[in-house]
Amino acid sequence: MPDNLASADLMAPDLLDPPAGRAAGASGDAPAAGDVTEAGEAAAHGPSSAPGGESEAGEPWADGRWAAWRRRWHGAAATLTPLLRRPGFVLAVLFVAFVILSGLVPSWFSSYSPSATSPTDKLRGPSTSHLFGTDELGRDLFSRILHGSTLTIKATSGAVLIAVVAGLAIGVIAGFFGGWVDVLLMRIVDVLLAIPILLMALTIVTALGFGLLPMAIAVSVGITPGFARTTRAEVLRVREQAYVEAARTGGASWSRVMLRHVLPNSWGPVAVLTVLDFGAAVLLISALSFLGFGTPPPAAEWGTLISNGRNYLVTSPWLSLLPGLFVGLVVFSLNHIARTLEEAQR
Amino acid sequence: MLRYLAGRFAQALVVLWAAYTVAFVILHVLPSDPVTLQLSASGADIGTLTPAQLHLLEARYGLDDSILVQYFRALGGALHGDFGMSLTQNVSVSSLIADKLPDTLLLSAVAIPITLLFGVGIAFLAIYVQWRPARVLLARLPAVGVSLPQFFVGLLLIQVFAFSLSWLPATGNSGADSLVLPAVTMALPGGAMLAQLLTRSLADTWGEPYILTARAKGLSRWATQLRHALRNASLPALTLLGVIVGYTVTNAVVVEAVFSRNGIGQLAQQAVLGQDVPVVQAIVLIGAVLFVSVNLLVDLLYSLLDPRVASAARVA
Repeated sequence: MPDNLASADLMAPDLLDPPAGRAAGASGDAPAAGDVTEAGEAAAHGPSSAPGGESEAGEPWADGRWAAWRRRWHGAAATLTPLLRRPGFVLAVLFVAFVILSGLVPSWFSSYSPSATSPTDKLRGPSTSHLFGTDELGRDLFSRILHGSTLTIKATSGAVLIAVVAGLAIGVIAGFFGGWVDVLLMRIVDVLLAIPILLMALTIVTALGFGLLPMAIAVSVGITPGFARTTRAEVLRVREQAYVEAARTGGASWSRVMLRHVLPNSWGPVAVLTVLDFGAAVLLISALSFLGFGTPPPAAEWGTLISNGRNYLVTSPWLSLLPGLFVGLVVFSLNHIARTLEEAQR
Repeated sequence: MLRYLAGRFAQALVVLWAAYTVAFVILHVLPSDPVTLQLSASGADIGTLTPAQLHLLEARYGLDDSILVQYFRALGGALHGDFGMSLTQNVSVSSLIADKLPDTLLLSAVAIPITLLFGVGIAFLAIYVQWRPARVLLARLPAVGVSLPQFFVGLLLIQVFAFSLSWLPATGNSGADSLVLPAVTMALPGGAMLAQLLTRSLADTWGEPYILTARAKGLSRWATQLRHALRNASLPALTLLGVIVGYTVTNAVVVEAVFSRNGIGQLAQQAVLGQDVPVVQAIVLIGAVLFVSVNLLVDLLYSLLDPRVASAARVA
């Protein structure tokens, strides 16, 4: 097995160069293509196991794997370091991390219960005791926003997860098989793209009813076509590469080529689109819950909070405007992350 | 050229038919029963009705036929502009839409010039201005505009211009001044997207040799940008503008909810809240018609504006 690895390393420069950066990107935290030579070695172990037997898993194998992991880690670090030197990017990542963490464990960041009413403190403006003020029942708005994050994050990640899986599947199948399968799938995608996303979402919410899950499904159907398109374009590009031909000539099956070679190397632009669509999904889901299609009270997503605050806009504008600003910041951060990653990939 | 036109037109029709069908399938095949939906929307309990009464209701809306019969009847009706009866309001869907659509189209007609003003203005200045901080600010501004939720912008505008300054009315459909805030809100995301695209393509165009020629001949920066750069950079922006105009109905949903305006968007919100299937179906079709026809128009404009597209079509 060590021989096998060594020979694969020798092969690496000419055959495996183009996919290497992307493969490292896909496996590391950053989907950005990095230092090609370094990452090229890191990715070499993947294709190398294709021609060799996979049954033996002795000590040397583990050693080789460990080395590969270390090289991969260095590759990821090399791509990450320049990103860390951009303060805007770091700030955006930190803010998104804070939102996710506070959505998962809201109690760490706010001592108030989101549903604890306090008639003496109603409609108080932002202060040190109530960071974002209180609503018409005296509930702490900051705590309600953080608990709203939990719901919004659930719906958003559900929507994006479904869209990524479905979009990748459609795109890979269409791009890889080509012919009538491609034509059929892309015509369907065209039709879905011709229905404006929000209208599609409204249709699905009408059919499925209100709440988190219907909203997540509605949004995912809306953003899937974009993923399918992007993935297909990437697959079409990767399919023509020499290393795919090499893998086929080497006797790898279609499914293996698809899973081990085409999919990992088409992943880069899709990853950027994922971050971007997270922002779009947050906007869509808060719009849907603003329109009143979200979870029933007293639970409240961001959109519902903003919508409820409208009744007190004259006297207590913070009730609507602070949650609105919060949503804006989240989306802005996500967009900024996506754009920085896209620039790094070029 | 004629063949190209006919082909594009046929394609648009197929997309419309398919969009209608997709909406129909979602609304009718998914596990939801219109009668139950309607009853629960109006607060009645399905258990209190006898089977005979239920059957009567179903027969009234033609729901006792098979799904295929219903589909072809609905499709045939839609072709004649007949979308059936609303389930929640006792009027025909077409009269509801005829009642609401003009308000939305008016709003959109005001919003689109503002979109253009935002988009082209910011992009033009972002490239023209040479003082670095202003340049950076103008280039970053659209990213903020794209990220802010439309309803937040709307509420902020209401708070500032209606409640604090009392310059403009906060809600309603009366008079021209009630159009201003909704139109600005509606224009903002589109304008920001347009500005992003145009800034990028203007910056690309500045590197072209013909710009250098124009500058070398002594044309001012302003004139060069206006006459040479902007014209060439605006082709991709035209496509985006088509998408923005095509999204009128979608944009109207949120804006009309924020400003409590009458219109097709408000109708859409009420229809979804009342799970009024025929109304939702009709609104999806109208949204798709608008989207597809505007994009068809943009494609045709393209072949007029860019001779390369027309000649490519002729060859093909």
